Amino acid sequence: MNFHLIYPEFLLIGLAFLVLMLDFFLSEKKKYLLNWVSTLGMAFILGIALFMNQQGDLYQGLLIIDGYASFFRIFFLAIGIVVTLISRDYVDSNISNPGEYYAILIFTILASISLASSGELLTAYVSLEILSFGLYVLVAYDRYNPASNEGGVKFILLGAFSSALILYGLSQTYGLIGTTRFNEIAVLLNSMENISIGMVVGFVLILAGIAFKLAAIPFHMWAPDAYEGAPIPITAWLSVCSKVAIVALAIRFFTNGIFPLAPDWQPILIVLAVLTMIGGNLLALVQKNMKRLLAYSSIGHAGYLLMGLATLVGVSDEGIVSKELTHLVSNGLIFHMVAYGATNFAIFFCLIIVYNSTGREDIQGLSGLASRQPLVALVMVCSLFSLAGMPVFAGFTSKFYLFNAVASQGFLLLVGVGIIASLISLYYYLTVARYLYIEKISDNSMIYVSFNSKLILIALLMFMILGGVYPSPLMDLIQTATDSILKID
Amino acid sequence: MEFLSFSNPAGLVALPILGCFILFFIPGHRANLVRWISTTIAFLVLIISFYFFLSFDHFEGGRQFIYEYEWLSLIGPWGESQRAISMSVGIDGIAVTMILLTGIVMFTGTVVSWNINVSNKDFFILYFLLLSGVFGVFITYDLFFFFFFYELSVLPMYLLIGKWGSSSKFSSFERTKEYSAMKLTLVLVAGSVLIWVAIIAMFVQSGTGSFHIDEIQKVIPDKFSSEFQSAFFLMLMIGFGILAGLWPFHTWSPDGHVAAPTAVSMVHAGVLMKLGAFGIIRVGMTLLPEGAQVWMPLLIGLGAVNVIYGALSAMGQTDLKYVIGYSSVSHMGYVLMGLGTLSLVGLNGAVLQMFSHGVMTALFFAVVGMIYERTRTRDSLVLSGLAQKMGIIAVLFTLAGLTSLGLPGLSGFAAELLIFIGIFQSYEIWGIILGSLAVIGAAITAVYILRLLAKVFFGLADETLPEYLDSTPREKFAASILVIFIVLVGLWPFPFVKIIESGVEPILLQIVGAG
Repeated sequence: MNFHLIYPEFLLIGLAFLVLMLDFFLSEKKKYLLNWVSTLGMAFILGIALFMNQQGDLYQGLLIIDGYASFFRIFFLAIGIVVTLISRDYVDSNISNPGEYYAILIFTILASISLASSGELLTAYVSLEILSFGLYVLVAYDRYNPASNEGGVKFILLGAFSSALILYGLSQTYGLIGTTRFNEIAVLLNSMENISIGMVVGFVLILAGIAFKLAAIPFHMWAPDAYEGAPIPITAWLSVCSKVAIVALAIRFFTNGIFPLAPDWQPILIVLAVLTMIGGNLLALVQKNMKRLLAYSSIGHAGYLLMGLATLVGVSDEGIVSKELTHLVSNGLIFHMVAYGATNFAIFFCLIIVYNSTGREDIQGLSGLASRQPLVALVMVCSLFSLAGMPVFAGFTSKFYLFNAVASQGFLLLVGVGIIASLISLYYYLTVARYLYIEKISDNSMIYVSFNSKLILIALLMFMILGGVYPSPLMDLIQTATDSILKID
Repeated sequence: MEFLSFSNPAGLVALPILGCFILFFIPGHRANLVRWISTTIAFLVLIISFYFFLSFDHFEGGRQFIYEYEWLSLIGPWGESQRAISMSVGIDGIAVTMILLTGIVMFTGTVVSWNINVSNKDFFILYFLLLSGVFGVFITYDLFFFFFFYELSVLPMYLLIGKWGSSSKFSSFERTKEYSAMKLTLVLVAGSVLIWVAIIAMFVQSGTGSFHIDEIQKVIPDKFSSEFQSAFFLMLMIGFGILAGLWPFHTWSPDGHVAAPTAVSMVHAGVLMKLGAFGIIRVGMTLLPEGAQVWMPLLIGLGAVNVIYGALSAMGQTDLKYVIGYSSVSHMGYVLMGLGTLSLVGLNGAVLQMFSHGVMTALFFAVVGMIYERTRTRDSLVLSGLAQKMGIIAVLFTLAGLTSLGLPGLSGFAAELLIFIGIFQSYEIWGIILGSLAVIGAAITAVYILRLLAKVFFGLADETLPEYLDSTPREKFAASILVIFIVLVGLWPFPFVKIIESGVEPILLQIVGAG
């Protein structure tokens, strides 16, 4: 067996257990070291992952380590480091038992990586469950806080429900086709004369499960409460990692597996995308709590991602499926996720900083931030504009790229809806910007920003701006990643 | 290092951005240092824009100072397209006029903004960001970057107005600056929604895999059907028209101008509204020539409504800034009418009017800003007889007012005359009707401007008002730059018209050829 392909994953498991073990031996005062251990450990693994370029399959194609998987491995490790870094102050001051916190976080990173590299439905399901269970615990981590408990319970119940949907769809598929490997599914579907209704039901159930995990409307009910209740770094993690992991899986599954069925699933996803984009952004308009607002904003962003997923392959009027533009769309999707991820971390980190000093997470609590902490306000306003899709930030360029790709696939009207949705979103982003820069200070408590936090803020800001004005190195990486799953054969 | 060369138009974008960076690292409490650095940067930009204007060869015409850099490639069925998205810059006769205008307004705006005391560092950073976006729109020949800079020039507006602006009180209600800022931003971005969709549609329809205007232009006859052109030209016309103050989408403009701080009003009415008209020429007329032919009668009609409606609304206002805000709507109507003529004379007039109105309205807003600083009111019912106490300010306002009503010898006359000729030439019966309406509009302008002059400046002095200082040397300096150009264009428009014509002609030839 060529286990060397997944050394980074083994190391991650080792790191998680190391953190758990260390937690036993460290006194309360030394627990802050756990953060350093996790960060440095992940940085070390990231370093290894950067230099690994072997490719191949494991367990007869259950796990596929190709350029695509390596890209997401690097991506998840990088955002894992970011989320560990931004958790530091929050965990130190708000959370007991940091050992489990970091260990579970590392397990979710591992799960996301294996989700992106799974080439088969059951592996994907197991990875998804590891990810979800980690997130259930993390959301409810603040256990003396009723909101956290409420969010956690909702998340677990609905999450379990959606997992059951996926599992049922999966068994249906396996029963009718006899395989769960993506590429075999594609071959079988292509050779079939007519597709039985049971098979379509199976795939629709899987799609519904994916929509649940992405918090697409009308499957979004769990999201706002879970986001609001979770500790802020976990909200950030939830809004980025789980979405990106699901979409990474979906891109592989759709383009390598069920693309022959595109005429059937495309309309469903388009409807979901429209509902999610418009609904998420409209609901965000009335929010008073920053975490809730960002929850709805991230639902809106899930809508843009769904729009990309729906149009991964083109379907002509006669129902012929073409993959001519799949490359462009998947590049757009990944680019948008990277930009969205960096931006969301930036804005959540600003929230954490404010929360740590003032204990407030409502929009009012941010008023006059520009004169209290100019750097935090600057990063926050830049991320707001980036989320709204305004230049010079990554959000603009990635949104333009994604929308352009979707329109090239022949869905100009859908893009029109997306652009209108992002116009709606501008209103509430600007409202937050107004509190930051224009409103008078309502709360005079000091906001403390450590030197390290400043460095992280500046790094995230630089990334946002670079992604907007000089995206070609990033696009080259994404290009090599998608090349490996979209081989022309 | 060719990109560092003086004649690279990208410098016009880079220099204000560089200014932002320098300002970013200056401590906010050193207000004077911030002022000096900003003024230096703005002065350098002014010099460069002069350089482009003077060294533009109008005999040769076409596009000059061309530079191109690869930016991003797009993978797709069109193969490895070389110019997928490229930072492709160049200047033609229309753009060079606008660049000169922007340089002038930017510099005078910076000088006028010396009196800003509340975090002036942030103000100048946003102000420069806004202007680099404006310059970017004028120089780029790539639709992606066109849109990039177009959005960039709208974005800082919200904070500029919301933070440094002023609310205005009416008898029955108050119009807060936050409201105006939000309205302006949302309406303008709604306009750019239409533009964005149209740009993507043109990209997709062309099938070239490139956002470069030249590449798309090559395939117009093959790929862009008449229906496509007319559908998307309408979209672009409304999208850009919103920024140009096209009736009935103009309502953001007076509110926004009134709420904005002086320099921002100057830039916004002086330069930013021109981006809309410029976009119609650069994107709409260039890429959708048949669509232009279909919709121009509508544009000229709406332009006439703009002229009359803006002038009548201005007549009903008492707040000096609202008067000028509505007069901008009215004057942009002339620009739109000039575009609608689709004739060489009319288009020349339209672009010259863009320049003339830009300089004139900048002077207007600067002067109103000076008055407001001294009297803390802009109400023309309260103000009276200011000429006795502020002689020079009164002279400046009179000059701007006379330009606005089209007095021969000042820039407004030359531009409006060309537009009127164009209208009468292009359409027969309708030309006479619309042309007369346009002339009537000028007459109404004379009514409200002269009435204002008579009351506010040359009326009976209100003895209860305290002694006011006349304009300071700094203000005189800023205003005199604007005055020089008003008079220069008025007395000797020939070089301007020549340069503009070299840019307008190829676009017009293409439209006529398409029909």
